[in-house]
Amino acid sequence: MNWELIFGQIKWTSFVFAGMIENPSLSEAIASGAGSIAVLGALGTVVLLTVKGWWVPLWRDWLTSVDHKKVGIMYIVLALVMFARAVIEAALMRAQQLAATDGGGFLSADHFGQLFSTHGTIMIFFVAMPFITGLMNYVMPLQIGARDVSFPLLNAISLMLTMAGAVLIMVSLVVGQFSTGGWSAYPPFTGIEFSPGEGVDYWIWAVSLGSIGSTLTGLNFAVTIYKKRCPGMSLFRMPLFTWTTLCTSILMIFAMAPLTAATIMLALDRYAGFHFFTNGDGGNMMNYANLFWLFGHPEVYILILPAFGVWSEVVATYSSKRIYGYTSLVYATMCIAVLSFAVWLHHFFTMGQSANVNAIFGIATMIIGVPTGVKVYDWLLTMVGGRIRLTTAMLFHINFLLTFILGGMTGVLLANPGIDFQVHNTLFLVAHFHNMIIPGVLFGMFAAVQFWFPKAFGFRLHEGLGRASFWCFAPGFLLAFFPLYWLGMMGATRRTFTWSNPDYLPWFALAMLGAALILAGFAFMVMQIVVSVRRRAELAAPLGDPWDGRALEWSIPSPPPAWNFAVLPQVTARDAFYEAKKDGTAYRSPAAYEDIEVPRNTATAPLIGLFACAWAFGLVWHIWWLVIVSFVLIWAVVIARSFATHTEEIVPAATVKAANEAFLAAVRATPGVTRDQEMTAANRGRAIPESLEASAGALAAGAAVEVTR
Amino acid sequence: MSLSERLHPGINLAGTDPESHEAAEEVLFGFWIFLMSDLVLFAVLFATYAAMSVQGIAEGPRPAEVFDLTAAFLETLLLLFSSFAFGFAMLEMKYRENRRGVLGWLLVTGLLGAGFVGMELHDYYVMVTAHGATPQTSGFLSAYYLLTGTHALHVSSGLVWMAVMAVQVVVFGLSPAVKLRLMRLALFWHMLDVVWIGIFTFVYLYGVVS
Amino acid sequence: MSNRAPANLPASDIEDEGHERRSYVIGLVLALVLTTGAFAVVWFDLFSGAAALAALGLLAVVQAVVHLRYFLHIDLQRSHRDDLLLILFTVLILLIMVSGTIWILYDQHMRMMP
Repeated sequence: MNWELIFGQIKWTSFVFAGMIENPSLSEAIASGAGSIAVLGALGTVVLLTVKGWWVPLWRDWLTSVDHKKVGIMYIVLALVMFARAVIEAALMRAQQLAATDGGGFLSADHFGQLFSTHGTIMIFFVAMPFITGLMNYVMPLQIGARDVSFPLLNAISLMLTMAGAVLIMVSLVVGQFSTGGWSAYPPFTGIEFSPGEGVDYWIWAVSLGSIGSTLTGLNFAVTIYKKRCPGMSLFRMPLFTWTTLCTSILMIFAMAPLTAATIMLALDRYAGFHFFTNGDGGNMMNYANLFWLFGHPEVYILILPAFGVWSEVVATYSSKRIYGYTSLVYATMCIAVLSFAVWLHHFFTMGQSANVNAIFGIATMIIGVPTGVKVYDWLLTMVGGRIRLTTAMLFHINFLLTFILGGMTGVLLANPGIDFQVHNTLFLVAHFHNMIIPGVLFGMFAAVQFWFPKAFGFRLHEGLGRASFWCFAPGFLLAFFPLYWLGMMGATRRTFTWSNPDYLPWFALAMLGAALILAGFAFMVMQIVVSVRRRAELAAPLGDPWDGRALEWSIPSPPPAWNFAVLPQVTARDAFYEAKKDGTAYRSPAAYEDIEVPRNTATAPLIGLFACAWAFGLVWHIWWLVIVSFVLIWAVVIARSFATHTEEIVPAATVKAANEAFLAAVRATPGVTRDQEMTAANRGRAIPESLEASAGALAAGAAVEVTR
Repeated sequence: MSLSERLHPGINLAGTDPESHEAAEEVLFGFWIFLMSDLVLFAVLFATYAAMSVQGIAEGPRPAEVFDLTAAFLETLLLLFSSFAFGFAMLEMKYRENRRGVLGWLLVTGLLGAGFVGMELHDYYVMVTAHGATPQTSGFLSAYYLLTGTHALHVSSGLVWMAVMAVQVVVFGLSPAVKLRLMRLALFWHMLDVVWIGIFTFVYLYGVVS
Repeated sequence: MSNRAPANLPASDIEDEGHERRSYVIGLVLALVLTTGAFAVVWFDLFSGAAALAALGLLAVVQAVVHLRYFLHIDLQRSHRDDLLLILFTVLILLIMVSGTIWILYDQHMRMMP
């Protein structure tokens, strides 16, 4: 019996626990522990779902759903789960580096290599990307007054492909090893000659699945914003988060293709002996760096632009002021989007091209700092004279402004090729990009969760625990990463599992302390969600507008109904909902209701995700029957779906009317709250606009709400 | 040029309600975006080929030694005429709603496309057997096989799609959904012909000239 | 679905099969001429060296425009604005990516020559 035909290259020694049995050590024990957590976590989930009888609701209400809101929430849940793994890996690496004078430490070099590779890959492709994608999914259609994205099924397919990639990375904890080539996986190290195992293949296929998912997402969102805006919502009336979503989508459409090309070439090198990036036979590994960063640099802006959008919404809302310099923010976003395609070479200044090439790309890199600077001034000026409430989200915003500027400065330093040659591949660089991504993107996403959580679930998050998490995260970040600037300038190289210079020790100790604080911050965040769910009755804000919001998403109930808007809104200005509240035209009953078509749930997307995951797993382990069968099945599902005719169902006008009138009646019956009471139990989600607080009496229950029939 | 042609070239939506227009516009715009994203993929492969066909020869043959221009010319004609034939399938769909006409022209398109793929496979066969020019020989040949192979794979998936659409035309008739899908297939097919212009020029002709 | 155009459309906007059929035929003829021209440049050695490359590149660009105009029905005045903008933006990105890649790789290659 030829087992290889059935199991490919999987042997019993491929399982992580075999390493522990054959070669016991602390490093192997940690690997086995991580594998056990993955297995036990999966088993625990299965048991929980079975005991609680949640399998059917999970399948019926979530996995088969094509509702953009549910897809968005699933993306964010995926991001948080993957974040838990990657942040623990980061802490492990810090601990290793602290313990690793003169070859000490408890991790093997190979294990350390896997840790920084999975940490980077997960954080970029399976935390940051799903987080921003989930957020854009949830918020953007609500902000433009649409009932869903343009292609709801495609949206679900994107999610399931991303999830398939994430599952593949989780599987690599248990079966086999992951790549040790870093998140950028440079050949020739990742070629078959130097990385003969399955690790790089895990990286290739996980990233490829995520990348295809992102391309489809970008396409979907761009069409949605171009074609599905509600009447009156001209481009220059769109909220800034929607603008940044549009620019990010455009980047996704164009930037993912070079990554796909690079991973396909690397795969062909490894699987079929091609010579794209090999040392000999005419291969050129520098082209890999070129292709990877053709994707990689726009990717940086794919991540940060939606966060910029979040910051714009947060600062305007919690300052109770219209955003300063709307137009300049829009044009700055566009400039960044276009320029981001013209700076990719600054990731490999040291690769040997002539000084002229470096100079051009260095200058382009410095120029891209200008529109970002414009944005910072706009956010600062928005706060001037505003009524600022220091909520958790706002604290994150102020922290962002302070630390992001420092990170931006070090970025401008690195844009100078002369300086880059000195600190290239040191911890200085690691400090720089974490300084952009953590206060910028990650904290932006955390702020977004604080801000939009009540919209998605109908109750606010516990404010005290939110602040506690902030006061761990913010100093934790500073402690964890600012020492790395010093270490980098002292010559400490990145991705190094051991060192011998005694001067490094205090700085690594500080960084470890910071990492511990970040873990504590994450623990507080989890606690905040748990506590808030328990106390959801007192935190409830079902009327939809807890923060005196400005864009359309706040005008509908929390959580919104499946059809979002009972009647498509008519927009006449920016900050449409805020203006309506001010003019007293908010919460009016529409003259008439109509039937609404919504897409039916379908098993298409989860099936495609499942088969894509099996396909990638087969490729990693050379299980060719699985590769062929799952590939055929993917396309069989697609073709079968194209023959389905009853893909939509009708929500009758009467249902919509009943739900919406009940909501409006509840709004009218509830007294509005002022900004001072925002964090009290009185806040049920009906806000008195800040500008009308003086005449608050007039807005007591039932008053001042006109009804037009 | 007519109104609906301007909005969604080639599809006849005149006389239908505005909602179908809107839906068609979304779907076709989305497909244009997909095509552009695909075009970026090809562009990257072209750029890689442009560098490797000069720098990645190693011990292997040079482009001029392995390319057969006559075959490339015939392949160009096959693809061009199949594009043209698809245009006539669209005319049948748009002006006569004639199932037989549409199916007939699709068959012509498909046969020409299949001929194209067949000729390319024959090219590969000749290169490997007569010149020993496998993709494993050199960076140049790796890039050549990937670029032309990706295009051939696109054409082949277009052929499968065409077969599925032929079945749908029979099963559903020329319903709005089927029309929209045919329209997208047409865009896909014409775009592959545009990509082929790049291949015969920058791969075959440039390779032989320089 | 009806074939008839609605009555309220101006006469010039009525669907015109002849016009569209002509468009495909013109496209085919132009494409044939341009393709044959490109191959002729090589077969009959009409130009040499850089001139040949320039001529071939020019013919390819013109033929791509012909395909876009006559087969894909994109033109500057009357196309749907979103589609046209999308194509133009794509061309910009393509130019940046392709020219940048070729520039970088050739520059590195020149500096590696023994």
